[in-house]
Amino acid sequence: MTAAGADPGRAIAVGVGPSGRRKPSRGPRRRRLSVDYVSFMLVFLGLPLAIFLIFVIWPFVQAVFYSMTDWTGFTAEFNVIGLGNFEKLINDAIFMKAMLNSIKIAIVVPIVTIVIALTFATLITVGGPSKGQVRGIRNSSFYRVVSFFPYVIPAIVIGLIWRQMFDPSAGLLNGLLTGLGFEQFDSYAWLGKVGTALPVTMFVIVWGAVGFYMLLFIAAIKGVPAETLEAARIDGAGRFRTAVSIVIPLIRDNVQTAFIYLGIMALDAFVFVQALNPSGGPDNSTLVMSQQLFRTAFTQGQFGYASAMGVVLAIITLLFAALVFIINWATGGRDEGGRA
Amino acid sequence: MTTLTRTSTPGPPVVVPGSKDDTTGGDRAVATVSHTVLIIWSIIVILPLLWTLLSSFKTSSEIFASPFALPAEWNFDNYVSAWVSSGIGGMFLNTVIVVGFALVLVMLLGGMCAYVLARFAFPGRRAIYYLMLAGLTFPVFLAIVPLFFVLRNIGLLNTLPGLILTYVAFALPFTVFFLYSFFRGLPDEIAEAAAIDGAGEWRTFFQVMLPMARPGMASVAIFNFLGLWNQFLLPVALNSNQDNYVLSQGMAGFASSAGYAVDFGALFAAVVITVVPVLIVYVIFQRQLQGSVSQGTMK
Repeated sequence: MTAAGADPGRAIAVGVGPSGRRKPSRGPRRRRLSVDYVSFMLVFLGLPLAIFLIFVIWPFVQAVFYSMTDWTGFTAEFNVIGLGNFEKLINDAIFMKAMLNSIKIAIVVPIVTIVIALTFATLITVGGPSKGQVRGIRNSSFYRVVSFFPYVIPAIVIGLIWRQMFDPSAGLLNGLLTGLGFEQFDSYAWLGKVGTALPVTMFVIVWGAVGFYMLLFIAAIKGVPAETLEAARIDGAGRFRTAVSIVIPLIRDNVQTAFIYLGIMALDAFVFVQALNPSGGPDNSTLVMSQQLFRTAFTQGQFGYASAMGVVLAIITLLFAALVFIINWATGGRDEGGRA
Repeated sequence: MTTLTRTSTPGPPVVVPGSKDDTTGGDRAVATVSHTVLIIWSIIVILPLLWTLLSSFKTSSEIFASPFALPAEWNFDNYVSAWVSSGIGGMFLNTVIVVGFALVLVMLLGGMCAYVLARFAFPGRRAIYYLMLAGLTFPVFLAIVPLFFVLRNIGLLNTLPGLILTYVAFALPFTVFFLYSFFRGLPDEIAEAAAIDGAGEWRTFFQVMLPMARPGMASVAIFNFLGLWNQFLLPVALNSNQDNYVLSQGMAGFASSAGYAVDFGALFAAVVITVVPVLIVYVIFQRQLQGSVSQGTMK
């Protein structure tokens, strides 16, 4: 839900994966210059590229520049103040709180989502009976289709549905809990208490994300050759051993991709927090960087300062991706370089 | 994970010749635990959706009276009021226009760009490729402030064409990346045959390569449709003219208005109205969608 129609990780996820084995075609060729060729290149490359440069790359570049100004947007003049905005950010208690919340979300959400998605994907593909062909449990396609539902629901709607679910008095959750005899949850404000607001927000994000990653992992696991799984079974590996020692190492590239994309999404999280707690939650407990940036830019008009927040967000995103790569490398991903 | 751990005892999985029953005790335990876990998750997924559907037929007072009670009468009053008074109807139309145009444009432009990047050698090719990668990785939030002014300067702020253009631009990297690998995989011989038969570059693309790329185009189009239909940040930041609101903005309106001012029945109805088109698309294209996830990750 970062870019329009384009979840970055999804492109990477779908594009990379263990597809490295495919033989490339003979590769690009050079052509002679002719009217046909030149006009073709101008339109085919020039037009998309122009749109991309004007609406994506140019704003990125400008943002970095604006982050070093005190620009308020509606006046023509502004001063370049160097790193002043960043100094101000470090001393901005609210932004630091937002940053901490974002980082918490970016740590918890990807791990929880991937553990759940990977577990379900394994059950569905190799969790079946230990005799005969290696296969998944029964009715697996039902679970697959149902789990994928949240992916097609707009994130803002997911947020709204769950806000109603968590509603203190009219929500289904408290209705169920009090119905089961937990009277202390009668009008318990899940989103209104400092202790539960952030975990509940994380839960909603996970709810929305599990289905897609489950599907991604199922696809990846199905790419593992059946002989490999059979061989593991013959060697005496049980289901858990097969999952941990065979399946996960073989799809670790997909897991890495999933981590990066989930991290990018979790560091954004704007839609979800905006739906669940548009004001930032009790004591700013669900305020995240993106929300604070939006507020600073579009309600307070401090465009230079907001751009500095954007730069910090971008840096943290890149650091997150780098961290995932390093962890993957350090935990053994390097031994298998080049393998599918 | 615990479910797996508990039942992992490898037990000799050697198929004992002559063992008749297909399921061992361990198998049954694993199956039970797995099904329990997956059923619980399915309930967590389905329950909120069913409850939303049910609530969309209740009046606001019924909603507050009890989360379980069935509506006194089943009618579409909430839908009418959401469609008309909350303006969901107009927003629905705007969303269809914006997503429709953006989808066609991004598929066309993305296909063209991916084709050129994948099959032609020219200086700067790698640079363009990495620029696209940057477009995928950097958060949109970094661009959002300058983007606001870019659109204002060319007079497209708060307009549907402005929104369409930004949708296209931000969906482009994903489209190009996916189609890039697709076009690379197409055999060279056919393009060469077309060239020998006298087709120019334009004709080769539109009459030979594009039809061959149809499966890839279909997968990307589904992903793009979902992504664009669900887009939130771009319209909220770049489209503040109430007449041009898209559905996600209408939803955001429900989210930010104060509790007592919200017509909850209409809210639930609006949610259903927003979800149903994507659910229909999902159900129709379910196989292709799952196929396209695997298509990209395998082979």
